[in-house]
Amino acid sequence: MRPFRILSPCGMLGYGFPEASFHRGMALQPDAIVVDAGSTDAGPHKLGLGTAIVSPQACKKDLTLMITAGARAGIPVIIGSAGGSGARKHVLWTRRIIDEIIEEQHITGKKIATIWADIPKESVTRAMCDGTLLPLGLAVKPLTPDRLERTTGVVAQMGHEPFVEALRQGADIIIGGRAYDPSPFAAPAILHGYSPAYAYHLGKVLECAALCATPGTTKDCMLGTIDDEGFIVTPLSPERKCTPLSVAAHTFYEKDHPYTLHGPGITMDLSGCRFTQYDDVSVRVTGSRLSVDDTYRIKLEGAMQVAYRTFVLAGIRDELLLSHLKEVESAVVRQVQAYYHEIDPDTYTIHFMNYGMDAVLGDCEPNPAPGHEVGVMFEVLAPSQEMANMICATLRSTFLHYGYPGRKSTAGNLAFPFAPSDIPFGPVFEFSVYHLMPVPDGLTMFPIEYDTAGGERHGTVV
Amino acid sequence: MARLYDLASVVRSKNSGPFEITLDALFEDPAAYQRVKQSGVITKKLIATLYHVEEASVTTLVFFDTAYGLKVTFARRVSSGTCLDSDVYGAQQHIPLAYIEIPD
Repeated sequence: MRPFRILSPCGMLGYGFPEASFHRGMALQPDAIVVDAGSTDAGPHKLGLGTAIVSPQACKKDLTLMITAGARAGIPVIIGSAGGSGARKHVLWTRRIIDEIIEEQHITGKKIATIWADIPKESVTRAMCDGTLLPLGLAVKPLTPDRLERTTGVVAQMGHEPFVEALRQGADIIIGGRAYDPSPFAAPAILHGYSPAYAYHLGKVLECAALCATPGTTKDCMLGTIDDEGFIVTPLSPERKCTPLSVAAHTFYEKDHPYTLHGPGITMDLSGCRFTQYDDVSVRVTGSRLSVDDTYRIKLEGAMQVAYRTFVLAGIRDELLLSHLKEVESAVVRQVQAYYHEIDPDTYTIHFMNYGMDAVLGDCEPNPAPGHEVGVMFEVLAPSQEMANMICATLRSTFLHYGYPGRKSTAGNLAFPFAPSDIPFGPVFEFSVYHLMPVPDGLTMFPIEYDTAGGERHGTVV
Repeated sequence: MARLYDLASVVRSKNSGPFEITLDALFEDPAAYQRVKQSGVITKKLIATLYHVEEASVTTLVFFDTAYGLKVTFARRVSSGTCLDSDVYGAQQHIPLAYIEIPD
């Protein structure tokens, strides 16, 4: 079979990439341009609130280059996990940006596929009742009807199947909802009959773009070439090269296991992989294996609001206060709780993070001794913003003026960098759904809609 | 003795999904990799002690010879980005691992 090429412009749509690298990639005549737009890394609030990771301007800047180049070359442009979390709001946000580009660049006649990844709560409830819903990890709290009710919406990570189907229907631009990161990269090669093992392993490397090169970055382009023997990864900037170690090491990245990777309906086994230098800058990978799971399971994600936060940032320089900081903080909390004796202290949480002591590692910090100054972030988590603001204001004034034993700096304990000092943060979310759910196949839960650029919508095809 | 931090070329931590932290140590020098692996110092029990989690919460501890790498994965005490989390990306949790002393 002829070599099949996938161009990955950047590790996150909207992170940006050098135009020269992208043009170098286009000159190598790729068969598809694919980009990952999502992650759970930045926390649950994006899914909970329906907000994006990147600005619409940055997303548009990247997509303008990709869509115009894809249209000119007649190759598909595929987006996975559109808008950051891949829920309906995120997909529509991406669609609006694409519509602007299509209009501004006078692109016509291109078939656009939108793949939805929202899962109806009734399906989740059914799996919950059947006992077939499995928490994904020891720290995941059990899902209850109440927690599901409070969850703003549920998405699932799709596999390659909906992307393959959209490509088979002739889609030029695919806006995928939440997807397993490697799946949109694997789809074009799988459609054309290449090994799913190599297609998925290549997808796993390409979803972070040039992160597997030296020096590594998610903000530069990468070309993947798949053939009968395996695949080759080639950085597209002269500053970077891939080495067997840099690519092998990348298989470790942000996965729980170095060589066993689980995706929708599949398991990858990379234990037998060989990484060899192909040319000065490229690496060839062989020996990737993939098996199809007996039961097709999709990973569900959902977020729910758990509190409101108000916080304060302040600096402390006085050495006597620093030497007793934790005792003073505990005493301040007791004084605030006593002042609000009519409020059950279990309804709110006061929390200190002492930067310069142990804010990052907490009780795991091997060296908690303070330096000459400490930055303190203190926050109140409460059921309403008003309550969080109210208690935080008292906490701040109590801490500012607290008279600890032997105090010399009697005019005030805290150096605030900002006025006002108290920052109402808004709602705090947590991942309430992070579960596996069995499904009949990789297509059923992910409806696809088609329409033509500048034309009418075609309705829903499942 | 040498710290793992000084023997490895990459020591890092990152979320593996919002409920787990995964720690990687990668070595350019195969001898340094073998020294760490053969020392037997890095165990699930030690990781549990350093990160204040139950030993059963340390789900993965694998040496991967192909990449001269060590990977350790354990359950987070607080899930990413919610109340009382201190590291949303889990990107600065490597230090307790990095400061492990490896015998000569």
